[in-house]
Amino acid sequence: MTAEAATAKQPTLEVVDLKTHFFTKGGVVKAVDGVSFSIAPGEVLGLVGESGCGKSMTGFSIIGLIDPPGRIVSGAVRFKGRDLAGLAEEELRMLRGNRISMIFQDPMMTLNPVLRIDTQMIETIQAHRDCSRSVALGLARNGLVQMGISSPERRLRCYPHELSGGMRQRVAIAIAFVNEPDLVIADEPTTALDVTIQAQILHEAQQLCRTKGTAMIWITHDLAVVSSLADRVAVMYAGTLVEQGNARDLIRAPLHPYTKGLLGSVPSANRPGERLTQIPGMTPSLLDPKPGCRFRMRCARAAPECNTSPVISMPVPQREVRCWRPLSADQLV
Amino acid sequence: MSLTDSDAKIDAREPATSLAAVETPFSRFVADYFESRIATGALAVLVLIICLALLAPLLAPQNPYNLAEVDVLDSRLPPASVGMAGYTYWLGTDGAGRDLLSAILYGLRISLLVGVASCLIATIIGAVIGLTAAYAGGRVENLLMRLVDLQLSLPAILIALILIAMLGKGVDKVIIALVTVQWAYYARTVRGTALAELNKEYVEAARCLGFSHTRIVFKQILPNCLPPLIVVATIQAAHAIALEATLSFLGVGLPRTEPSLGLLISNGFEYMLSGKYWISFIPGVVLLITIMAINLVGDQLRDVLNPRLKR
Repeated sequence: MTAEAATAKQPTLEVVDLKTHFFTKGGVVKAVDGVSFSIAPGEVLGLVGESGCGKSMTGFSIIGLIDPPGRIVSGAVRFKGRDLAGLAEEELRMLRGNRISMIFQDPMMTLNPVLRIDTQMIETIQAHRDCSRSVALGLARNGLVQMGISSPERRLRCYPHELSGGMRQRVAIAIAFVNEPDLVIADEPTTALDVTIQAQILHEAQQLCRTKGTAMIWITHDLAVVSSLADRVAVMYAGTLVEQGNARDLIRAPLHPYTKGLLGSVPSANRPGERLTQIPGMTPSLLDPKPGCRFRMRCARAAPECNTSPVISMPVPQREVRCWRPLSADQLV
Repeated sequence: MSLTDSDAKIDAREPATSLAAVETPFSRFVADYFESRIATGALAVLVLIICLALLAPLLAPQNPYNLAEVDVLDSRLPPASVGMAGYTYWLGTDGAGRDLLSAILYGLRISLLVGVASCLIATIIGAVIGLTAAYAGGRVENLLMRLVDLQLSLPAILIALILIAMLGKGVDKVIIALVTVQWAYYARTVRGTALAELNKEYVEAARCLGFSHTRIVFKQILPNCLPPLIVVATIQAAHAIALEATLSFLGVGLPRTEPSLGLLISNGFEYMLSGKYWISFIPGVVLLITIMAINLVGDQLRDVLNPRLKR
């Protein structure tokens, strides 16, 4: 599905100028500072950025699980037209795991170590719908089959430690999909796996989204994953969204210097023997950030106007970039 | 962790790997437990004692509660003497002419009942309070834990004595007193374990799955807190039995008509110096064996269930 088709439908999720700040003793940490994007049913959005840029916090903000001292200070999270930011905790809880679910990085930690897989899956189903144990067990079994797990009956009776890493993550994804949610937020779920398993799991998760019309946010720092999986890509830097657009175009011709830097640091097969380019410097602290473009200290194209915060512009149709001096598409091809 | 990961990768490429030889956590636990001979012996003794107590009405030659069966003329007979009715008292008789063997079997029953019942109730109360404190945090946690501190700072025997003085005698009153002095141990243990569990990601994942607070606490966290809870419960059951014996020995525990081991010891105490040692000594030995068996089982459980001691 392309971005054009996505905008035609009502989006599953619309995040508008989301700001999540943490009020610590040392000052205000602006973990998420003005993030806007939307996802259509069945679409996969890759949310890319380096560690600590606020990717995961964006995910937790959507699902309403920001613990104090953090809170959503402004912005809207509209899920199928309803603003989640204004919803009561109990109503949010009914959505979690049911309409919106989440997948985490380490499946060893996210599955309860002392409960069998069937117990955990049945719990998840029965937490949200009134059905008998045997019906829930049937749904759990189907869930495992959809994730390409062979002999599901036997796996259901296993404890998490009896399963391999890839199998555990498949189970975790099956749990996330078991109530057929409208939105799945996947927080680096394949980072702990090796590449072959990663490819299989990516494929299965993508298939599930396509067939069920589930929208998915795939949070990752791995551009290779994004290029094979996502329809659209949003790049985050220091709490802000610096660029978003169609996955293929964005990777072929990035508009933001940061995206270009990220792409340059990926080893790729067509440039063997070459040195990888590196983005100089470090991610700036999110504690009381100064006005102006947050990337300017590391940016080769920085100019005096970068001292004022850049606004989002659309130099190319369907492509958003937050930069005063974006790379133009023709310049790179 | 790194070891299992590399195993996992090999396994993952071949998803149909046989699971036939996989051991369950329970089977491994059982195997670990029986590695120690002392613990195996202690468990056997404990099972024997429990069976004796449960089957006391069938095994005991005499019903010590039935005064018609007790002959006062047979009082204070040494072990293996023959009574007026021609019956042999293998362990002798006490001051009231009761067959000590029968009295000990029945006494064991009461001692174990009081110990197990108070321990179960205290476990439930302590677990609920400990989990609530850990999960709620903040003021609730402070309040509950200061209550625990207060409870633990007072001597158990003193509180039990005061409570029984207020409530009166009886099996139920003794159980109430024992629960009151013991719940705090469980609460503290469970809170400590639960605090560690709360930081684990599966709790976060459970929240993301929209589980209610009760579901998270009792169905996700509690099962992970059970190993230390079981260990404390075993040790505390032995303490409860000893404390009940102490209270009975002091004459404030159980009524004289339903003698527990402690009461039997106390009954024979006055004859100790006149050479009739068996009235106190034999129930004392039985009490000692019972408590030792429970403690040894508890020690082994602690070693087996403690992940830090895993070889």
